[in-house]
Amino acid sequence: MIPPSFEYLRPKTIPEAIALLQQYGDEAKILSGGQSLIPMMKLRLARPAYLVDLNRIPGLSYIKEEGDFLKIGGLTREAELEASPLIHSKYPIILDTAHVIADPQVRNLATVAGNLAHGDPANDHPATMLALGAQLVASGPRGERVIPIADFFLSVFSTALQPGEILTEIRIPVPPARSGGAYFKLERKVGDFATAAVAAQLTVDDQGTAQKVGIGLTNVGPTPIKARKAEDFLRGKKVDTGNIGQAAQLAAGESQPSADLRGPAEYKKGLVGELARRALSRALERAAH
Amino acid sequence: MATKQLVRVKVNGREREAEVEPRLLLVHLIREVLELTGTHIGCDTSHCGACTVLLNGKTVKSCTMFAVQADGGEILTVEGLIKDGQLHPLQEGFKEEHGLQCGFCTPGMLMSSYALLQNHPNPSEEDIRWGISGNLCRCTGYQNIVKAVQFAAGKMAQGGAK
Repeated sequence: MIPPSFEYLRPKTIPEAIALLQQYGDEAKILSGGQSLIPMMKLRLARPAYLVDLNRIPGLSYIKEEGDFLKIGGLTREAELEASPLIHSKYPIILDTAHVIADPQVRNLATVAGNLAHGDPANDHPATMLALGAQLVASGPRGERVIPIADFFLSVFSTALQPGEILTEIRIPVPPARSGGAYFKLERKVGDFATAAVAAQLTVDDQGTAQKVGIGLTNVGPTPIKARKAEDFLRGKKVDTGNIGQAAQLAAGESQPSADLRGPAEYKKGLVGELARRALSRALERAAH
Repeated sequence: MATKQLVRVKVNGREREAEVEPRLLLVHLIREVLELTGTHIGCDTSHCGACTVLLNGKTVKSCTMFAVQADGGEILTVEGLIKDGQLHPLQEGFKEEHGLQCGFCTPGMLMSSYALLQNHPNPSEEDIRWGISGNLCRCTGYQNIVKAVQFAAGKMAQGGAK
């Protein structure tokens, strides 16, 4: 399949990229990893007249803790997360997530920021970033602004990014002691989108009571879903089998799946409940270590 | 027609250049412009991995990348595996262990396995299955592909081949 014709632009700096995006408006799309955009162009689901390739802008690929945040640069690839000792040791929920995105070749190119900015409710990082309470840095004509992840996803393929804005950094609050998280996904085969998936992040005190709770759901609604009722239920309670089970059922109730080739809606709701139970249990195990 | 762009790449150690339309996919540059037809186009939807090549040492699906993005890069295709007329241990492994039937997926399998062995010279079976998880084979059930990669790992450990 040959994609439609477009003009190719290769800015060297963020301001140059922003200027090009402003100049061409709706006719321009950002090319970062390209692993969602290029397939959509081949299928004529996207027909940008201009592609603004960010890949030659230096300094946008990093994974580092700075102050109270883990910072992930806008061009950081999934494979770089998988290879990062920091992610392995302190952020296993992010490693869980990166591991189940597409396949090794796609992960060599695909970016975390692209996975979020694409606004696809089937993508995996959104649920994890909802669970982690991430903040997204958007760079635009008027400088930088920070968007809380809970305000980012508006509808299918639509996010809070304004025309001319680029998602340049993801900031994740460094979890306190006794924190843990996990991402559980059911997929029909390697590389498939989730039938359903659940991200859970917990912080407990020394009595095992939940101080912080984050739960995100993948591909069971028009946007990635923050399971607020389940979070509110568990916060302040002892994280034990009974409360995990109840929180998981609340999360299932917050999902809004539709039937498709991956299964009927009721099946997916049930799946959310079970995946939430597993993700919360694993999160608790990890918080204890 | 969109403005053509000059693309310079080093393919299998040789400098090549071409003026291409931005929409030209990397796999079409490799197969049709550079006439290296060992790299296959399978699904054309970034599922099957038949088009896998190494770009700057990392595997990519060349059907899901524009040629202009590879500008300035180093590409290794299946044609670059052979050295001084000697099959690469992976190629030998696929031959000895019957790692193919129809052969269509083989170039991609070889390139993914090559990248795997660069990073994991002594891979477990799980590592191998993980390493080729972006490549589909409809003939072998993967069993003999795994054996072929194990054969190559053993041979490379003995001979110090890269």
